[in-house]
Amino acid sequence: MLGACLDLIEFDMKQSESLPTTDPSSTVPAPGDRMTRAAARQLAIYAAVVVLALVVAMFGLNYLASLTSSAAGMSREAVDVENNIITSYLREEPPQMNSMRSSDAISSMVMAHVMEGLLRYDENSELAPGVAERWEQDGRTVTFWLRDDARWSNGEPVTAHDFEFAWKNVLAPATGSQYAFLLYPILNAEAANNGEVSTDEVGVEAVDDHTLVVTLETPIAYFDRMVAYMTFMPVNQEFFEQTNGRYGADADQMIYNGPFIMTSWVHGASMQLRKNPYYWDADRIKLDGIDYAHMTSDSNTLQNLFKDGQIVIADLTSEMLEEAMFQRWPLSQFMEGTTFYAEFNHRPDRLTRNLNLRKAMLLVHDPSELVNRVIKLPGYVPAETLFPRWVQGMDGSLREEYPLPPLQRDVEKAREHLQMALDELGLEELPPLVFLSSDTPVARIQSEYYQEVFRRYLGIELLIDRQVFRQRLEKMTAGDFDLVGAGWGPDYNDPLTFADLFASWNLNNRGRYSNPELDAQVRIAQSSLDPQERTDAFGEIHRIIRDQAVIMPDYERGYVYVTDPRVKGIVRHVFGAETDFTNAWIDADAGEEQ
Amino acid sequence: MWLYTLKRLLQGVITVWFIATATFFGMHSVPGDPLSGERATNEVIRANLEARYGLDRPVTEQYFIFMGNMLRGDFGISYTQQNREVNDIIREHFPVSATLGLLAVLFAAAGGILFGALTALYRNRLPDYIIMFLVILGISVPSFVFAALGQLSLVNVNNVLGFSILPVAGWGTVGHMLLPALVLGLGTMAYMTRLMRSSMLEVMSADYIRTAKAKGLSPTRIFARHQLRNAVMPVITVLGPAIAAITTGGFVVELVFAIPGLGRYFVQAVQQLDYTVIMGTTVFYGAFLVFMVIMVDLVYSWIDPRVRLQ
Amino acid sequence: MDQHSKHPSAAVVPTLRPTDFEVLGTQSSAPVLVRPSRSYWQDAWQRLKSNKRALVSLYLVIGLILFTFVGPLVWRVDPALQDIDQISLAPGADRRALVVEPFSAWDGVTEWQQSQGQSGLRVADSPNTQSVRLKWDASLTAGGYLVYRNIYEPEGMDSLGLPLMEIENPSQAYYEDRLDLQPDVYYYSLVELNDNGQPMGDYQMVTAEVRRVITVDEVIARNLVDDPSALMPGDEVMLAWHPLGTDYLGRDMLARLMAGAQVSLFIGLLAPLLFVSFGVVYGATAGFIGGRLDQLFMRFADFVVALPFLLFMILFQVVFGIGPGESGIIPMLVALVILSWPATARLVRGQILQIREEAYVSAAKLLGASNKYLITRHMIPNTLGVILVTLTFAVPTAIFTEAFLSFIGMGVAPPTASWGSMCNEGLKTMLTHPHELIFPAAMISITVLAFNLLGDGLRDALDARMRSSE
Repeated sequence: MLGACLDLIEFDMKQSESLPTTDPSSTVPAPGDRMTRAAARQLAIYAAVVVLALVVAMFGLNYLASLTSSAAGMSREAVDVENNIITSYLREEPPQMNSMRSSDAISSMVMAHVMEGLLRYDENSELAPGVAERWEQDGRTVTFWLRDDARWSNGEPVTAHDFEFAWKNVLAPATGSQYAFLLYPILNAEAANNGEVSTDEVGVEAVDDHTLVVTLETPIAYFDRMVAYMTFMPVNQEFFEQTNGRYGADADQMIYNGPFIMTSWVHGASMQLRKNPYYWDADRIKLDGIDYAHMTSDSNTLQNLFKDGQIVIADLTSEMLEEAMFQRWPLSQFMEGTTFYAEFNHRPDRLTRNLNLRKAMLLVHDPSELVNRVIKLPGYVPAETLFPRWVQGMDGSLREEYPLPPLQRDVEKAREHLQMALDELGLEELPPLVFLSSDTPVARIQSEYYQEVFRRYLGIELLIDRQVFRQRLEKMTAGDFDLVGAGWGPDYNDPLTFADLFASWNLNNRGRYSNPELDAQVRIAQSSLDPQERTDAFGEIHRIIRDQAVIMPDYERGYVYVTDPRVKGIVRHVFGAETDFTNAWIDADAGEEQ
Repeated sequence: MWLYTLKRLLQGVITVWFIATATFFGMHSVPGDPLSGERATNEVIRANLEARYGLDRPVTEQYFIFMGNMLRGDFGISYTQQNREVNDIIREHFPVSATLGLLAVLFAAAGGILFGALTALYRNRLPDYIIMFLVILGISVPSFVFAALGQLSLVNVNNVLGFSILPVAGWGTVGHMLLPALVLGLGTMAYMTRLMRSSMLEVMSADYIRTAKAKGLSPTRIFARHQLRNAVMPVITVLGPAIAAITTGGFVVELVFAIPGLGRYFVQAVQQLDYTVIMGTTVFYGAFLVFMVIMVDLVYSWIDPRVRLQ
Repeated sequence: MDQHSKHPSAAVVPTLRPTDFEVLGTQSSAPVLVRPSRSYWQDAWQRLKSNKRALVSLYLVIGLILFTFVGPLVWRVDPALQDIDQISLAPGADRRALVVEPFSAWDGVTEWQQSQGQSGLRVADSPNTQSVRLKWDASLTAGGYLVYRNIYEPEGMDSLGLPLMEIENPSQAYYEDRLDLQPDVYYYSLVELNDNGQPMGDYQMVTAEVRRVITVDEVIARNLVDDPSALMPGDEVMLAWHPLGTDYLGRDMLARLMAGAQVSLFIGLLAPLLFVSFGVVYGATAGFIGGRLDQLFMRFADFVVALPFLLFMILFQVVFGIGPGESGIIPMLVALVILSWPATARLVRGQILQIREEAYVSAAKLLGASNKYLITRHMIPNTLGVILVTLTFAVPTAIFTEAFLSFIGMGVAPPTASWGSMCNEGLKTMLTHPHELIFPAAMISITVLAFNLLGDGLRDALDARMRSSE
């Protein structure tokens, strides 16, 4: 009550001069309504002010946004016919554009547009001469003769010294390059990376500006196929040193020798590539520029951007297929070249070390059912073995030259193997097995499906251990699993990149599979120079992996994608740029009917 | 007043220090290490990398090194974006999140106060029902569903019209911001509407309003001077944390609309265990949040003189 | 308390006469109670009952609880049971299926009678949901083939639809399609490729009308017929009935919604209840006592707010040792409670600070009211409205936090279902199988609606100032 009184006094003092002259209550019969109406009027004024303020605020924000813009100077159309520029996207922000330290697919893709190594991949995904005009291997010595019209984007010539500097820098311990191991076939490379010898001792030498001589540790058959990878790309020493360790961090912290140069890089938002006038083969390049205007991995967003005519290419999910067919978009398919599989843990204390248990599980596993009816993503193909379809044997596909019986579900036989396994292990019943899985949507579906398959056909209980990226790697390395969902993509264009995966010394062999027979075949494949002998070794490895049920193959990953009909010549490679625009051109008339 | 502000700021610094310490040790006790990759690295390369990032030292030593660097304003180099400084990442991406968040909060606060007051005035009548229905819709659909649906409808509208009324995704102009900010602010707007309605109802039955009416004060004056001003108090209280939550919690919207905000970097950093980025963003956001809270307290005492600042 | 409250505008004071001030004399009898005395809680209950919306919401909440706990007893379908034959089936879809022999891979040679002797692209066996078998004449000039499938009739080389498979071996003149076949009409096209993988010439097309089938083994394993011995391939059976359809692994949506309700309501109700009550106690203590303690308490709240939620979420999972096969609900709950209370605490503290300065509190203090009295009679009833609103809003927030964690792959571990994770899964097939998104989203909406209305009703019922209004 006291408070109310005080209020009253206070208000009286304030309001005394403006007391109403008429008695309001006598004229208005419903005071509640009057209040409401007055308040609503007040609110309307307030709303108008707010809207006005928002409009003003928006102008301010517009200015702010333009400072951190991704769209500045970028075309909002997928195809800019007038300027001969196309717009695309990147799945993620490239961690860096320092070719000596990069290890991811996105960097590799951009790098293939702005840089060129000794060799490159052409429009048919075949190796073609890049900076090197020709090359020759004689036992342990590989010689590359560089063309003399290759130029950096500052006009300086690209010389053999640029390669020598880059490769030695990759191996320098202070660089901390994750992909330094790719250079280990070179003489003294591993020792230099270890810090045991100086990088001067590494077997790379620029004899003159245009001749690069590489001495190998042992003769290997596939060295020329490795040098197209980004880790082997040249770096201009003079420029590198003036960047103070920020080489490749921004568009102006690099110089380029590829078909395009990067003119701007707004981190997390966009990248702008323009034609490189200094590129030696500039006539081959028909586009004047590529804008990577978006960086997102959300497939729905990408499909929406494509539908809105803002990007020239998009991968499709099964969800979008119906729409794509309805819109009569031209669809294409691309196999990424990676295999996914469930890897058993072969460590001594694990039940999955038992061969019969592994065989039983492999026998109820049906990759075709998994891919066609559960995952259902277009472009995915059931895997039969570790080696993907593209891996070549002598004349054709390795898998056709060394055929294996198809993986088919045989519950009867599987139960026999399970019984044998139980007898060998001395168990009445199998305790639950742990399946270590990643956090992706496909992994979730797959792990749930696995659970049902093994419970239904074998009565094996599977516990799903789903972990985020780093924690999963930690558990994989520690061997804290019975089965783990894994995948493998090629590092270089030779079957060995898959074949040595389950060699006992390979650190990527997370299940620690160890088999002297397989190891012996890997050694043959590594050291032999005879193609037939190597291919036979690969065939044998292929057979051992199936017979010993080392892994359960799941699928080979692929994509179904749609491209803007006006843009021709887009190529997708297993090696090099995943999406390669260097051979693309705009055909403005093609999209007319759309 | 000034002394009070200074004192609060000092306390804020101590709070931030606590946050940094807790996060640092929390982060280091999560298993996994930021240098591992899908491809296993051999010991040589690993050792080279560890030396490069100073991970070969004991955690307590790393802590003191980190604290020393932090005092100099240096958070170090990101593990995943290996050539970028954390400072650069924050400097380039925070303004994006902040701009988006600011617009979202503006939407939320303006809409929330307006709708809240309306529903209270028209209690149990048609406007109340309509707005409350929308509010329920606003809070009962997850933001990722809203974001996806919003974008999808925009594409279809653009497709039908034959030209883009608003860009589908990306960043750069106000056009890019409108839909994401609306999606981002929707939940907060609904919350504020409810809060405003509730506190407005309370204020409307308060003694001083009755007194004011009894004195024959004009309804407009009562509403503006007494009701609105008092009812807005709880809304102001949640405004501080809301600004912080919105500017930091825009991950979903940033992902769906391909916006280069700091939220994406932070979630990615946690999942990738990118130590330096986690520390940089946490300390930065912590400081930002503490600052917002102090601001709110000051504004609070300005609006409501009865809340004394000692 | 205050008789004038019913007539707030009756402020017109009549002209006073001296007789108005005469003494009335002592009253002859004590005031008679015309209505039975009711306690605060009885009164509140009465008001709640008279509020129709609140009552409806109360029934909704009871309905939800029944759905969650009694539902699984009535609808006895295993929420984890997958059915590969009924993946993503919409409610009310045609459930008839033809019984066939178990699937075995095709050698690419055998053909059914209908197509024997035909040339060009042809369907080599009865097309069904297990497989569609295509055969064509091997080309001598081609370097390979590309098989397309479409659900609309193609109009030209650019609109052949989905590229199914690139066959690089020109002598392989057959293909078996098994990719996500639905009972529908498909248009298959074949394009010959040259050695570089470029298309040459025109395309051939054939249509296939796919029928839903089920294998004999499946029919028996799932008890779809009474007499398995009489079952013959070619019979027609009805597949299991799913009132709300099935999800991406053929699991019953209704059963999964019930199972998901347990997780979502557990998180959605318990977490807010815990952190709101803690926040209330914490904030009230800080606000009521004030001074140094208040400062200390609030700085600690700031500290907690600024901790990165995701990081500590992972940390709690580690601390709790979430092993494989566990759902991870408890660490999520703990993380939510530990990291979410400061907002409530701040709000309540703000309210208490405001109320502490109210005149009636000062008056009560002057009259010698104890702290306990002040808290229970003034502080709590007056903050109840804001607290209840916070609580009802914390319910969807908690459910969404769980959903958000699912969105970034850190939610409840599979195969545990929750509405949030179901929404997230459903989002991916929003256009083709909308029921997978609509049902869980609707459940969340209903829950949120119920708790909001109930919160409103409770606020009105419990609020002391509302007692005499309406």
